[in-house]
Amino acid sequence: MAKNLKPKTTILDAKQMARIIRRMAGEIIETDRDLSRLLLVGIRTRGVPLAEKIAAEIEGMEGQKVPVGILDITLYRDDLSTVAAQPQVKGTHLPRSLDDCIVVLCDDVLYTGRTVRAALDELIDFGRPKAVKLAVLIDRGHRELPIQADFVGKEVPTAQNEVIEVSFQATDGTEQVRILERGTRA
Amino acid sequence: MTPQTPLRWTRKDLLGIADLSAGEIELILDTADSFAEIGERPIKKVPTLRGKTVINLFFEASTRTRSSFEIAEKRLSADNINFSTSGSALEKGETLVDTAMNLQAMAPDLVVIRHGHPGVPHMLASRIKAGVINAGDGAHEHPTQALLDAYTIRRHKKKIAGLKVAILGDIEHSRVVRSNIHLLHKLGAKVTVGGPRTLMPVAMEKMGVEVAYSLDEAIHGADVIMMLRVQLERQGKMSFPSVREYFQLFGLTTERLKAAKKDVIIMHPGPMNRGVEISSELADGPYSVILEQVTHGVSVRMAVLYLLSGVHEETV
Repeated sequence: MAKNLKPKTTILDAKQMARIIRRMAGEIIETDRDLSRLLLVGIRTRGVPLAEKIAAEIEGMEGQKVPVGILDITLYRDDLSTVAAQPQVKGTHLPRSLDDCIVVLCDDVLYTGRTVRAALDELIDFGRPKAVKLAVLIDRGHRELPIQADFVGKEVPTAQNEVIEVSFQATDGTEQVRILERGTRA
Repeated sequence: MTPQTPLRWTRKDLLGIADLSAGEIELILDTADSFAEIGERPIKKVPTLRGKTVINLFFEASTRTRSSFEIAEKRLSADNINFSTSGSALEKGETLVDTAMNLQAMAPDLVVIRHGHPGVPHMLASRIKAGVINAGDGAHEHPTQALLDAYTIRRHKKKIAGLKVAILGDIEHSRVVRSNIHLLHKLGAKVTVGGPRTLMPVAMEKMGVEVAYSLDEAIHGADVIMMLRVQLERQGKMSFPSVREYFQLFGLTTERLKAAKKDVIIMHPGPMNRGVEISSELADGPYSVILEQVTHGVSVRMAVLYLLSGVHEETV
């Protein structure tokens, strides 16, 4: 996957990430004081550690545990007929019924909006949440669908040939956000 | 960016277990794991195969396998069409090749086929562009049954390597047994087949299994017992004297089960003949996982449909 990709800059280190995630957690509880109906849902793969970190911050601030679900959107993708072989499906796990929940979808990077579109379609198949909100660590622009995030960690203007690489301790063994550049093919 | 790149499915067809690698088998089982949860959702449907056409072509009667495939197809949002022998053009004298060409002209994405003769799915696969799934060809292979059996074993025993599996009954007429032996060997299990001499094909040892002619010997120390249906409709008088005698000698009963391991599971591909190969007490008892097999069958078939539908011409 890392073929032809060169690191360009590191935009966030572990400390900065932690500070941003703490701020996002604060914003989420600001919008709805009734934590009992809040459900954080991480989109696989790196939305999951983000959701878990936000949940830990909320617990630290309010002393209340917030349930975290996992959404695997593979089966709802709109590009299955164009990718070479089927991507691996890892499964969706939602700890409670979505009915009357405030769902906060969490993902590492918001780019075209297609992942979020797929996630919304999948969520609706599980029930009727009271509201669905979107939290992303990085918004890099270049939307292809009318989708906006409610909680944004950092806006990072990017070029199309760049890739945002978000690393979490849980999934990648390190914690940082980098911009990588796709090299020209020989 | 995980260190080992995950295995990708690259086959157009699923014709048998004999051609598959252990890695490919595990990929199907892992994929099935993710599909199991869909059957528990309030809306048991995902849009994955929207716009794909699947033809179910059953030249032999089948209730379970066909409805299992149909449900799997519908849960993935594929459009499916069923053909069965009665009333089909085949009865009117069309050759199999012509049937195949006509099917291809309708541009399906996948064809699920069951046929009484071994090799028919292979012939079909070589002639049409669509992916072909063998749903049983004569007494040759029945790959999705073996996969769902393995999936059920894995759910209970967490692994397959090192297990002792006894497959019992009418080995001669079973297509399930060949696929299962291939699969269990590839994943490292030890297989014993047991049954009366008259229902045991010659040279069964060549498949690398132990052969036992008494039930007690076959199930001794077994982790898993797979019963096969006695295919009463295919028995000659010589090889099968009476149902009563068969049950006395080869029927699985609570008394006989004591020879197996304490945490043994009992499987049966169905439809079962109570009081012929298995006592009702065991079929409904705590060791039986027979109905789970049916549930897992849908997940495994969804996995196969999903993986096969992702293979495009350019990648083959």
